Amino acid sequence: MNDVNAYIGLSAVLFTIGAIGVLTRRNAIVVFMCVELMLNACNLALVAFAHQHGNLDGQVAAFFVMVVAAAEVVVGLAIIMTIFRTRRSASVDDASLLKY
Amino acid sequence: MEFTEPALEYAEIWPLIVVFGVACLGILAEAFLPRGRRHVVQVALAAVGLLVALVGTVLVGTNLDEVADGEARGLIGGAGSVVVDGPTVFIWALVLVASLMGVALFAERRLEAGVSAFSGQAAALPGSDAERKAQGLDHTEVYPLLMFAVGGMLLFPASGDLLTMFVALEVLSLPLYLLTGLARRRRLLSQEAALKYFLLGAFSSGFFLYGMALVYGYAGSMDLGAIDAAVRNDAANSVMLQIGLGLLLVGLLFKVGAVPFQAWTPDVYQGAPTAVTAFMSAGTKIAAFGALLRLLYVGFGADRWTWQPVMWVVAILTMLVGVVLAVVQTDVKRMLAYSAVAHTGFLLTGVLGVQASGELAEGQVTSLQAVMFYLATYSFATIGAFAIVSLVRDSSGEATAFDRWAGLGKRSPLVAAAFAFFLLSMAGIPLTAGFVGKWAVFTVAMSAGAWPVVVVAIASSIFAVYFYVRHIRLMFFDVPEADAEVASVTAPSLLTSGTIAVGVLGTLVLGLVPGPLLQLAADAGQFIR
Repeated sequence: MNDVNAYIGLSAVLFTIGAIGVLTRRNAIVVFMCVELMLNACNLALVAFAHQHGNLDGQVAAFFVMVVAAAEVVVGLAIIMTIFRTRRSASVDDASLLKY
Repeated sequence: MEFTEPALEYAEIWPLIVVFGVACLGILAEAFLPRGRRHVVQVALAAVGLLVALVGTVLVGTNLDEVADGEARGLIGGAGSVVVDGPTVFIWALVLVASLMGVALFAERRLEAGVSAFSGQAAALPGSDAERKAQGLDHTEVYPLLMFAVGGMLLFPASGDLLTMFVALEVLSLPLYLLTGLARRRRLLSQEAALKYFLLGAFSSGFFLYGMALVYGYAGSMDLGAIDAAVRNDAANSVMLQIGLGLLLVGLLFKVGAVPFQAWTPDVYQGAPTAVTAFMSAGTKIAAFGALLRLLYVGFGADRWTWQPVMWVVAILTMLVGVVLAVVQTDVKRMLAYSAVAHTGFLLTGVLGVQASGELAEGQVTSLQAVMFYLATYSFATIGAFAIVSLVRDSSGEATAFDRWAGLGKRSPLVAAAFAFFLLSMAGIPLTAGFVGKWAVFTVAMSAGAWPVVVVAIASSIFAVYFYVRHIRLMFFDVPEADAEVASVTAPSLLTSGTIAVGVLGTLVLGLVPGPLLQLAADAGQFIR
């Protein structure tokens, strides 16, 4: 157990940095990068737990997460690109037509 | 280590494969067919694919073997990743019916004078020459996107392990993010809704994933059955389990639009093309509640003393926030969105009413049965209501502001009456489906001892009647101001009017004779553990 604690700790730190980034950054691209950081923190945790339990489930899951993250990049960048071309701004604060 | 090929139970999972296969065919059609033919081919492909899958679901459902002394039926297939049991089949049928109605709304072309409600070319800038050139075009990619979303919705409640659940969650979400941003009119709103939906959705699925990692760390497996066994044996550090479960719930409660994760709901419901709103308000809710039920009942059923209090708080907050914010809206789509939030609260009231089978009286409605029935009643009403919203138009397209709806009942009594009927069902007035659904979830929560939640639920449904009836009064009894522009009903083709008719019929029949569907939900039995 002890030999993976450091990795789990690191993944928790990365996840928290990502989550704080999503909440505080203003540029949609940077927000999105922070989400990706969260996903990678999950990957680290999955692989560390796989090592701890001595089975491959976590490592296989990490591959799936990578594929999903790649698909998410495609969709996400398409949406952010369109909104940037329309508004000449990728700031999440500028997109404020829909309220309350 | 040797690789063993998993044996797939094609006889049970083929409806799922049909839907994904048709989605891939749709992409090929998009690549190889001339533009003029795509619309007909894509609509036909999607509709036939969904119909075949629906028939397949019924066939699969009637042939499931009984397991666990007749308490459940079905099997765990796909090497543990796909569970086809009674509740799965029931939810599949609901999703497929909702999707068929969704396809009909997607294919409607008469309202926009010969083109669909989707942007001719999503990449063209709003207000540019390119957009004007693309005005007569149709975005037929929406049908494969819809099929992929339906595939994800089918897989989501059927997933037997957390990894499948995560992949299904993404497969259903990613197409919906795109569909949200494809409106032909009011494109800035639509794109903004897509951006918000995407960023918040990706954020919440990050939480789901970390929860999955922690639960895996606790149980040593992602399989829901193995997690259940680990929970029962109190395997290791239960703090990790509780944090993990909390994070998983963040992801799922976001998808169903529960407080405090409801913020996206009104914006996305308003900004998305109305056909997409109709489809996802029903489909996403059905699928996500199916997954939530499976996760909580199968994976964490032994740990329900941990999650039930959390769900109490979430359910109470969801109902109150949904109802209170619905009252102050001045836009029909936003009002329906907040009413959807309130309905999520009512559904959660059913979810937290779970009891061990020994505690139930003979013939009593189980919480699973009540929630599945409520999902059916809610879907018919919400799809029908949004279909009607797409008909009420003025010179700038759909007119969703309240003042445009004033006096609609005098100009188009039939459409206004149908809308009033859907609102009454959502309010839970007797003789409509909504009443039976509410009665079912309230009784299961009551018998599980969640009376504070039920008291809040009854209070908020009474309060909710106020804003539904206010809208009915607006349509039938208010007179529009003399020089104000008002909306009128554009005659739709058979696709939309048929969808509305099915919605009215479903709501009426489930309200008058709920017995057969309740019995069907009871026959579905329990989840396979």
